[in-house]
Amino acid sequence: MGEWLRWVLDMVLVPPLKPVPEPLLTVVTIVVIATIILAFISVLVMFLIWLERKVSAHMQDRLGPMRVGGWHGWAQSIADGVKLLFKEDIVPTQADRVVFAAAPMLVFASAFAAFVVIPFGPSLIVADLNIGILYLIAISSVVVIGILMAGWSSNNKWALYGSIRSAAQIVSYEIPAGFALLTAVMLAGSLSMQDITRAQEGGIHRWFVFQNPFTFLAFFIYYCAALAEVNRTPFDIPEAESELVAGYHTEYSGMRFAIFFLAEYANMFVVSAIATTLFLGGWNGISPWDLWVALPPAVWFILKCLFLIFVMMWLRWTLPRLRVDQLMYMSWKVLLPFSAVCVLGAGLWVMLIG
Amino acid sequence: MLADYLAVFIFLVLGALFVPLNLLIGSLIRPKIDEPEKYTPYECGEESEGHLFNQFNPRFYIIALIFIIFEVELVFLFPWGVLFRRLGWFGFVEMLVFLAVLLVGLVYAWGKGDLEWIKPGGARRISTVDRVQDTVDRVQDFERVGR
Repeated sequence: MGEWLRWVLDMVLVPPLKPVPEPLLTVVTIVVIATIILAFISVLVMFLIWLERKVSAHMQDRLGPMRVGGWHGWAQSIADGVKLLFKEDIVPTQADRVVFAAAPMLVFASAFAAFVVIPFGPSLIVADLNIGILYLIAISSVVVIGILMAGWSSNNKWALYGSIRSAAQIVSYEIPAGFALLTAVMLAGSLSMQDITRAQEGGIHRWFVFQNPFTFLAFFIYYCAALAEVNRTPFDIPEAESELVAGYHTEYSGMRFAIFFLAEYANMFVVSAIATTLFLGGWNGISPWDLWVALPPAVWFILKCLFLIFVMMWLRWTLPRLRVDQLMYMSWKVLLPFSAVCVLGAGLWVMLIG
Repeated sequence: MLADYLAVFIFLVLGALFVPLNLLIGSLIRPKIDEPEKYTPYECGEESEGHLFNQFNPRFYIIALIFIIFEVELVFLFPWGVLFRRLGWFGFVEMLVFLAVLLVGLVYAWGKGDLEWIKPGGARRISTVDRVQDTVDRVQDFERVGR
């Protein structure tokens, strides 16, 4: 992706007879790519919010948005976004203003920075870091700080409890998620996202989820842990309206709230992308010969991610919410032992059977 | 390779700048009406009372500690996971021993009652933290009665 863009930019940025300095070209390339991805995220999140409302509606035997924009209310998210832009920005009196303002910045920046290593296609990755998956695990931990800042600076008991619970939840579920990811990394032999995807080339039987019963289990463990990390039902105690008002974003209004919402849906996409890349073959297609069902790799990737996100929404409207002690029980006493067993089992399987 | 991390840096900066940019655009079109009641903390319509931090469930601290231990273990496991085919059986058994030591730690914390979220009533194990909290609670009660 960088090469074509640099070629274009080299043409565009050149003052009459002098070549553009290399560092400037690099920086401008990256900024342009970042803007494109930001636009992609915005459109994606708007689509996902609309999809969520439609899916939830149809699962509850009603219709959802039908009017805004004509066909099935497709412009509902745009209208909501504009509404939030018009809302007054209320900062509580005794709130810590600096921290209050910095919290959404941190949460969104980390969700956005995760898009650097998402492989949309064979060359459609912003930067193929050689520590790809480890970087993703690290970045998803930065969100915890942002959430704690949001709860603390709101000067509101309920926001604080919500943020601490959310932080405890995210942090507890990172361990089984990390172990499950380790299982896939062991099969691939590399941390780089493109390497992991390329190791799954050659048809649906080569996807890691089908290669090994332990990675099959690890996929479900990762999916569960990822659901808890993005605070989705059945793990949405921190956001539950009946429990803690709105949790850590109680005191945020208007655009600041929209940023948290944007970051949550972007995070949903990121964890689906990670699960797709590590377990479902990334941008690889189904058939080994690419003759039948030949779609562009990026389309495969987006379809798989959207399927996983749809399942997230499906689960939200199917399962009841777990209590916070059930949540902690599940993480430390169920998922962690099982994921440790997965790591060892996958290792044994590869050593003995190859 | 350094250019890769430049991309990370630029993404972080742009992500952080996106927020005030949006707020700036919003500030041109949104109202600003100063009513003092709007700025009080939200508590479903009631007046908020008491300090911000009444009682802090010590569970959160325990969870953070246990998280740190297992996260560091995970970080140690990642290089092994990448290279484990080349390290063969020797590396595998070595890592097995490492994992076993840490899992013994998990079993210890589990058995001692440190992974319980709510204070167990009755026959289940009571962890040291809960026993200390119990003592503190009893002392506080006594003080209130005495006053």
